[in-house]
Amino acid sequence: MATMLNVAIEHAQGGFRLAVEFAAEGGVTALFGRSGSGTTTLVNAIAGLLRPQRGSIRFDGETLFDADGGIHLPPQARRFGYVFQEGRLFPHLTVRHNLTYSGLFSGQSVSGSELDRVVGLLGLESLLERRPGALSGGEKQRVAIGRALLARPRLLLLDEPLAALDTRRKSEILRYLELLRDEFAVPMLYVSHAVEEVVRLASNVVLLSDGRVEAAGPTAEIMSKAELRPLTGRYEGGAVIEARVAEQDLRYGMARLEFAGGSLFVADLDALAGEAVRVRIRARDVALALQRPEGTTFRNIIACRVSAIADSPGSMAEVSLDAGGATIVARITRQSREELALQPGLQVYALIKAIALDRHAVGYA
Amino acid sequence: MSAEEWGILSLSLKVALWSVLLSLPLALVVAHLLARHDFPGKSLCDAVIHLPLVLPPVVIGYFLLILLGRRGPVGELLEQWFGIVIAFRWTGAAVACAVMGFPLMVRAIRLSIENIDPKLEAAAQTLGAGRIGVLLTVTLPLALPGILTGVLLSFARSLGEFGATITFVSNIPGETQTLPLAIYALTQVPGGDAAAMRLCVIAVLLSLAALLVSERLVRGATRRLHGHDAQRRN
Repeated sequence: MATMLNVAIEHAQGGFRLAVEFAAEGGVTALFGRSGSGTTTLVNAIAGLLRPQRGSIRFDGETLFDADGGIHLPPQARRFGYVFQEGRLFPHLTVRHNLTYSGLFSGQSVSGSELDRVVGLLGLESLLERRPGALSGGEKQRVAIGRALLARPRLLLLDEPLAALDTRRKSEILRYLELLRDEFAVPMLYVSHAVEEVVRLASNVVLLSDGRVEAAGPTAEIMSKAELRPLTGRYEGGAVIEARVAEQDLRYGMARLEFAGGSLFVADLDALAGEAVRVRIRARDVALALQRPEGTTFRNIIACRVSAIADSPGSMAEVSLDAGGATIVARITRQSREELALQPGLQVYALIKAIALDRHAVGYA
Repeated sequence: MSAEEWGILSLSLKVALWSVLLSLPLALVVAHLLARHDFPGKSLCDAVIHLPLVLPPVVIGYFLLILLGRRGPVGELLEQWFGIVIAFRWTGAAVACAVMGFPLMVRAIRLSIENIDPKLEAAAQTLGAGRIGVLLTVTLPLALPGILTGVLLSFARSLGEFGATITFVSNIPGETQTLPLAIYALTQVPGGDAAAMRLCVIAVLLSLAALLVSERLVRGATRRLHGHDAQRRN
């Protein structure tokens, strides 16, 4: 797919300096970075709410911002949808009027069928006549997503839309986001620092740290790199592999996936045979054995070769494994490492319980 | 109520109403400027707007007379170009009241605009609204309680205006003699006490009614803005 969004900007504000350069294609691109890494400033600049000091922003060949050329398109002319962390619904309007708000300015009002489609998809039927003050956090965020969608955006910007929600609401909205990614095919730029959200939604990741782009590329590649572990998170750390659903065993609720390193069994996966998926395998869910174990409950026993070992602080070591070209990461104790005499090049078996790979670990590519 | 009393009352209401209509558009612009923009001389501008609150009303009335009287620089132009004379007319009383009520109106509206989260206005922009669109669909509706409060405050101020009015347009029965001026005139003549007291009662009733109506309007507007939340809190 041709490059769609080109960003190269610099902006300094109160001791913080943002200097980023990246390109995004269609589909979902995640801007992955902890709070304070400059993601919100960056998204505001792309939306046109903030005018960077230097650089340029281009979308689909159109220049939205160019500091040297003195070009700065106002937000209303960019036609980008923006879903904010805190919803930002208009308190004086009902949900219905919030949803159709953009119709006041686009020259054609939001059609009934369009509204019905979004309302149906996001489950807003019973909320239409209410005011935002009477909605829960999750409901507000669903309305905010619907409102942005109904403006028929060329690009949807989402700035940590789940950050203010509890875990249950999070996974609920995440499902809606997956649905609308597949239904509407709107390109999205999704800001988050939750690995689960990124793996499930995004096909590409731009990794931001301290106002700079640390790495960018396909999700599986970026989230698996050992040297990026400090940025992608220690507890959540692990690898992301790309796989395809080979078969569903409905008797046991188990799906068999195929990936470069062989088969992978996953529990309770809502996917059809043939679908492409991304699976996040957390490093702490992976055990290692020198021989293929017999009589074990580990459903996944994958032959691999040790490609690198890194000692983490404390008692841990991280072992990167090569499984037919795909990367798997195991976090083990240094004690085990010494007892098994692990070193690069050694043939080992990675053991992963199927229940460690539930649907929260799987994203649809 | 006698015909004479009714005349005084209706003149007062007319003057107050026009003073509000006169000052509201300008007050909206000035309040928005002060709340949302920074420009050189902002604090001076703010101070000048507040002058009528702190100056003796007579001083304001005298300035108006010098400026807008038939010989005044602005008054002369108004008469030459548009044939408009406001000195010693009820229109002049409305202007005097508008000036006196202006700071109150600006203050109330400005506060309510400052209370609006600029992030909501930014959200409106991302949904396609330009400057005017944001103003009409987000800023003004959200500022409505403040606008109503400002309108009422300046309306009430106009009903009670005395010093600036009497200095600028004098105390002419049937033309510029509003309620306070009529009461003052009656207390200056022997045997006018009873009539003055009747007008005082009318003034009290009028003020009470205005307060009650405004309370209702502001509460209704606030509830509309915040939906069920406000109802639950009440």
